[in-house]
Amino acid sequence: MAAGANEMKKTNRKYRYGMVIDLDACTGCGACMVACAAENNLAPAPAKVTDRTSITLMRVFQVKEPAPMPARKTAFVPMMCMQCDDPPCEHVCPQQAVELDPRTGIVDQMVQRCFGCRYCMAACPFHARYFNWFDPEWPAGMEQTLNPAVAPRMRGVVEKCDLCHGRFHEAQDRAAMEGSDNITYQPACAEACPAQAIRIGDLNNPDDPIQVQIGKPETFQFLVKLGTKPKMYYQSKHDWVKRLAERDSANGNSNRRDA
Amino acid sequence: MRSAIFFLTGVAMMLLGGWVGLPKVLYKQQAQPLDFSHKAHVVKAEMDCTGCHDFREDGSFAGVPKLDNCAGCHAEPVGTTANEKKLVEAHVTPEKEIGWLVYSKQPINTRFSHAIHVKKAELKCERCHGEHGKTETLRPYEYNVVSGYSRDIWGRSVSRLRRASHEGMKMDDCMDCHKEKGAVAGCLGCHR
Ligand code: HEC
Ligand code: HEC
Ligand code: HEC
Ligand code: HEC
Ligand code: HEC
Repeated sequence: MAAGANEMKKTNRKYRYGMVIDLDACTGCGACMVACAAENNLAPAPAKVTDRTSITLMRVFQVKEPAPMPARKTAFVPMMCMQCDDPPCEHVCPQQAVELDPRTGIVDQMVQRCFGCRYCMAACPFHARYFNWFDPEWPAGMEQTLNPAVAPRMRGVVEKCDLCHGRFHEAQDRAAMEGSDNITYQPACAEACPAQAIRIGDLNNPDDPIQVQIGKPETFQFLVKLGTKPKMYYQSKHDWVKRLAERDSANGNSNRRDA
Repeated sequence: MRSAIFFLTGVAMMLLGGWVGLPKVLYKQQAQPLDFSHKAHVVKAEMDCTGCHDFREDGSFAGVPKLDNCAGCHAEPVGTTANEKKLVEAHVTPEKEIGWLVYSKQPINTRFSHAIHVKKAELKCERCHGEHGKTETLRPYEYNVVSGYSRDIWGRSVSRLRRASHEGMKMDDCMDCHKEKGAVAGCLGCHR
């Protein structure tokens, strides 16, 4: 029994997937958003949808440097679930529909169990969670393009980025077939990015190339002060962009375009 | 005293009625499009399971074979049975897929990987599918009228007592074996 348990430990390697996004490379083209929506079977938004009621598991924000005009610079910040190691959404879910996956470090959102109270949306400091306000509807014929590896969601549940879990499943099957224990894959956004600004890696693996990126001085994370231990990293050589990461909305120093 | 007897008899009758009657109301039967004999192929034609249920190179499982797989041997009838005649005339010649009903079909939000269980964990087909690979005829497919799920998910017996290890493949049944074998899967390991 003890030997068996040890054996399982040996084969059941634990992953901790994270991403590094290079904001200086990001051109704001939005290819990641499109690839994300297609991969995750997001239905076309109905006409009545607003900015607040739409679903964008991956969303590129435009931010402007707080400087007078000719000198003012623009940056684009792709935001999605930060896959926190201490996720506030998990703690507040009354239904235990959110779980930090012990195998992958991905924050699992279980739409099957979600009843739509939206506590998690209030708890998420990154606004990475979205509520299904409408039944998903595909124009006739378009359901043929659905991705069979991802189950569509229904009205009344919350969803978010799960680091393209369908692609992880495929990679896991491939690894099992090859007898390998190295599960590597590319989420749709990383694959689609023409600037190759998005990198994914296993943070548990000291030899993963992503560790070099994380070690760089221009690497930072958003809202570290909240202690949620996000696994998404960002890079920029510009100080004003880095300062966004800890921006305090109360001090009025807003970087928003409409400010 | 008398009222207690009436009451208990009433409870017993309701229980019995529910136990016997409910499965009849809850499950509907559907006939398979064609009768298929695993025995004729595995024993008589000496085929391997992998001849029809193979893995693709990328680790995905081909599942129930497509018509192409049958057409090689059944372009013309090899035997004399009415079944085979139906196969050739209704499916192979007009190239019309056989819409097999899959007994073990899980809901669409569930993900199951044969590569992990058969290749990595080296489990036998029988552990989860029983003796289906040796059967001569196909039993009718039954589904739950409320959920639309196959009856095999819950298992044949409504009480679930004294069932064989392959009967039923509910979430708890996956979990039981995982606990026994020390396998770890998060929610999104088995869901999508
Ligand atoms: C000639 C091709 C062929 C061979 C060889 C074959 N099968 Fe099948 N198998 C089928 C077809 C066709 C079906 C679909 C009809 C059915 O459900 O039986 C099927 C279905 C099954 C299913 C049921 C899936 C479900 O839940 O409905 C199992 C289990 C199965 N086969 C196991 C085996 C095993 C084990 C072997 C080897 C001993 C084997 N098969 C060999 C063609 C084959
Ligand atoms: C390797 C060749 C081979 C392949 C591939 C094959 N069969 Fe057969 N099949 C046979 C042979 C041989 C028999 C004759 C058995 C007998 O009648 O003695 C047979 C018999 C049958 C029968 C009649 C059996 C009966 O008892 O009613 C059916 C129906 C049938 N096959 C269906 C299928 C289907 C469906 C497929 C594809 C999934 C398939 N076969 C693939 C060789 C094959
Ligand atoms: C650990 C349990 C387990 C083992 C071992 C197992 N299966 Fe399955 N099998 C399942 C489950 C669960 C499903 C339903 C999958 C689904 O619907 O997503 C299934 C589905 C199938 C299907 C139908 C797939 C489809 O979608 O058409 C076939 C055929 C099949 N299995 C054959 C086999 C064969 C052959 C073996 C042995 C090599 C085997 N299975 C081993 C659990 C198992
Ligand atoms: C007969 C035992 C058994 C049954 C039944 C079973 N499993 Fe498993 N499963 C295993 C074993 C053993 C492993 C570990 C494989 C390994 O890593 O070597 C495993 C691993 C897994 C994994 C991979 C976990 C990971 O991340 O490494 C998933 C996902 C999974 N099973 C899903 C299912 C689902 C879904 C069902 C029910 C439909 C199911 N299993 C039923 C034995 C079983
Ligand atoms: C070992 C595999 C496995 C794991 C791990 C797992 N599930 Fe499941 N789950 C299943 C299977 C198989 C089904 C479908 C069969 C059934 O209804 O029991 C299912 C069904 C469900 C259903 C019912 C859905 C429906 O449409 O009827 C819910 C809700 C659910 N799971 C939630 C969860 C949550 C939450 C977790 C994480 C804590 C989880 N599951 C982890 C295998 C698993």
